[in-house]
Amino acid sequence: MTQDDGTTTEDTKAAQTADGHAPSRRSLLGWGGAGLALGAVAAGGTAAALRTGGDAQPAGADATSRSAVPFHGRHQAGIATAVQDRLHFASFDVTTDDRAELIALLKEWTKAAARMTAGDAVGDGAVGGLAEAPPDDTGEALGLPPSRLTLTFGIGPTLFEKDGKDRFGIKARRPDALIDLPQFPGDNLDKTRSGGDLCVQACADDPQVAVHAIRNLARIGFGKVAIRWSQLGFGKTSSTTPDAQTPRNMFGFKDGTHNLAGTDTAALDKHVWVTDGDAKDKAGWMAGGSYLVARRIRMHIETWDRTSLQEQEDIFGRNKGEGAPVGKKHERDTPHLKSMLPTAHVRLAHPDSNGGVRILRRGYSFTDGTDGLGRLDAGLFFLAYQRDVRQGFVPLQKRLAADDALNEYIQHVGSAVFAVPPGVRNADDWWGRELFA
Amino acid sequence: MRALRSSAVAALAAATAVTAVAGCAAKNDGKGGGGKGAIEVTATDSSCELSAKEFPAGHVRFAVQNKGSKVTEVYVYAPGDRIVTERENIGPGTSAEITAEIKAGSYEVACKPGMKGKGIRQKVTAGGKGATAKRDPKLDAAVAAYRTYVQEQADQTLPAAQKFADAVKSGDVEAAKKAYALSRVGWERTEPVAESFGDIDPKVDVRADGLEKGQKWTGWHKLEKSLWEEKKISGDDKKLADRLITDLKDWQKRVGKAEITPTSMANGAKELLDEVATGKVTGEEERYSHTDLVDFQANVEGAETAYELLKPVVAKNEPALAKELDKQFKAIDSLLDDHRDSKSADGFASYDTVGKDERKELSDGVNALAEPLSKLAAAVATTK
Repeated sequence: MTQDDGTTTEDTKAAQTADGHAPSRRSLLGWGGAGLALGAVAAGGTAAALRTGGDAQPAGADATSRSAVPFHGRHQAGIATAVQDRLHFASFDVTTDDRAELIALLKEWTKAAARMTAGDAVGDGAVGGLAEAPPDDTGEALGLPPSRLTLTFGIGPTLFEKDGKDRFGIKARRPDALIDLPQFPGDNLDKTRSGGDLCVQACADDPQVAVHAIRNLARIGFGKVAIRWSQLGFGKTSSTTPDAQTPRNMFGFKDGTHNLAGTDTAALDKHVWVTDGDAKDKAGWMAGGSYLVARRIRMHIETWDRTSLQEQEDIFGRNKGEGAPVGKKHERDTPHLKSMLPTAHVRLAHPDSNGGVRILRRGYSFTDGTDGLGRLDAGLFFLAYQRDVRQGFVPLQKRLAADDALNEYIQHVGSAVFAVPPGVRNADDWWGRELFA
Repeated sequence: MRALRSSAVAALAAATAVTAVAGCAAKNDGKGGGGKGAIEVTATDSSCELSAKEFPAGHVRFAVQNKGSKVTEVYVYAPGDRIVTERENIGPGTSAEITAEIKAGSYEVACKPGMKGKGIRQKVTAGGKGATAKRDPKLDAAVAAYRTYVQEQADQTLPAAQKFADAVKSGDVEAAKKAYALSRVGWERTEPVAESFGDIDPKVDVRADGLEKGQKWTGWHKLEKSLWEEKKISGDDKKLADRLITDLKDWQKRVGKAEITPTSMANGAKELLDEVATGKVTGEEERYSHTDLVDFQANVEGAETAYELLKPVVAKNEPALAKELDKQFKAIDSLLDDHRDSKSADGFASYDTVGKDERKELSDGVNALAEPLSKLAAAVATTK
């Protein structure tokens, strides 16, 4: 961002650090030489332009991969905002039973999250502190741009009640929509990859930036929370920007063609955001929030790859190359569901087969190496946001679990559900304030 | 180690002036007083008098005369009771000379009639450039008390290790197994200090995967493998038992000379938890005997001791940190209590009976303690 006097905001920021401010990742870029500084300038400019909207950045905005997504707004970023390419999702158990301590942690987390999403280091930074003590920030994101990092925070059912115990005096405020998911046919859930009291979804265009964020939050949380499980993801499998090219999943098919667009505010209000009306009385704190279902779906890659192209396309109900629905030419042509097999994935998942219900998908592919039998441990880390899980994921998954032809090639092995509160409004606000206030 | 130091002193004396040494010896057996420039130390059963309490830094000589009735020893301590130099076994009516390179700063000279206790102390100052900055006396006291603790641990380890070695030498596998874990407790409590002597650790506490090419495997873990994995004691093992005692005696002799500062003490406490996090909680450390929980407890106790000694300063500088550490030490103690087994020789359950969920719980507990513990050094370093 070039200013009138020819200096850049980055230069200014670098100069400020001499006064004792913690160096930010971007300001370090400013020091890193002309080549790097140029990139930083571009990033700063885009970020500033995007911030003028005040509310969360609209998904339609064509942000560059280096820019920052505003942290504050009515809704949390990382839901309807443009999907980034990388994910580190973490589920936490709360290990303290002290309400005040939990609140203090949430405040500290929020502060760190605001800094990291802006591209700044946590606390006093990764360098320049006391030589005898470990730095506040772990440092692996030093010199990297914000990379559109978003951190999205959620609360699991077990925070309200566990083993019949009202752990933090919030049991009475558990929303009806935050249900315990039912057992679906075919589920093979590993409890060490399921559930959790809290979650943080970190999405970024650079995996190192996403991992850095979770690592620092976990570290801040030691003694109050412990990581229960986490999942890395790559190659977004859903797009909230339909004008962009639709990504492919690990089966090689385009995924997310008919996903909700981040710019379609009417559809988001109808299907994704909890309204004031939904959230009266005990769950009033959820207005502007959403509900998240996370499922680790293992794909049987090797058997799929031995399946004929015809069968693969029949199972999905779309062709593999273009992504066009059966009998149609183009990806975005309206599907004729009756032309598809009754068990075709797209037919069963389509809103027309589900009373118009839509969910906002934000899943990622994953591969965690091989499984010891030489099989690729890969699949889809399914993330879906909706206004009410009882009308969104549950009926949809019931239908898919019963009839989807794809079930022969996939298995749900991890599962969790979270209430995702509304956005953090300003610097004094914090994750979960409405619930604990 | 004693031989090593004597020869170093001899070499030093030889390099300066052979005649001076001869002169000293001649004078020392007479009416006392060392050669020119030496500080005279007159020791009795109840006093320790010095001819000078301020002297220039550099090559300093102390001429000691024992006028008491007990065998005595004389130590020169740097702050925190680090031994700069010492001389034992000075008989009644005899003289000895101690030589050392002393940097500018404050020191204490101690005479120990009967060769016991903290001794009769005199404060001395070595002058000159580069005098060390003044430190909060509370921190010096913490370092001194910690050094005493470290020495006690080494002193108490020897008999326990001897019991273990004796069992190995007598070929009694069962008795050796029972004595094994307990022989390690003192070492595990003070491991960061023990490890500061880089040559001792690889001799006594190395694991098979830590061996360098060509290094012969000695120490506790080799014997552990013989006892639990091979279930028999070889002739070589019996020799290794003696070797272990020799090496541990070396540690016992040298541990007082370790460089300890308030920050190294604090970081040492954190390192003890790192030991737990990387080796014990995974069951790697005691992979044959599964006595990891005994080491675990000893590491935590050592860390807690260091913390408790620094606490008066920490509680003043960072009260919230002190509160958190109190809480987390209590929490980890209670977690460990869940795994006590009164039927086991060492008081703890075998680690191979500790399930995956329980290990996760222990690991979370270690992280919860180690993270605030990593802030301890900063809390004592910033003291003005």
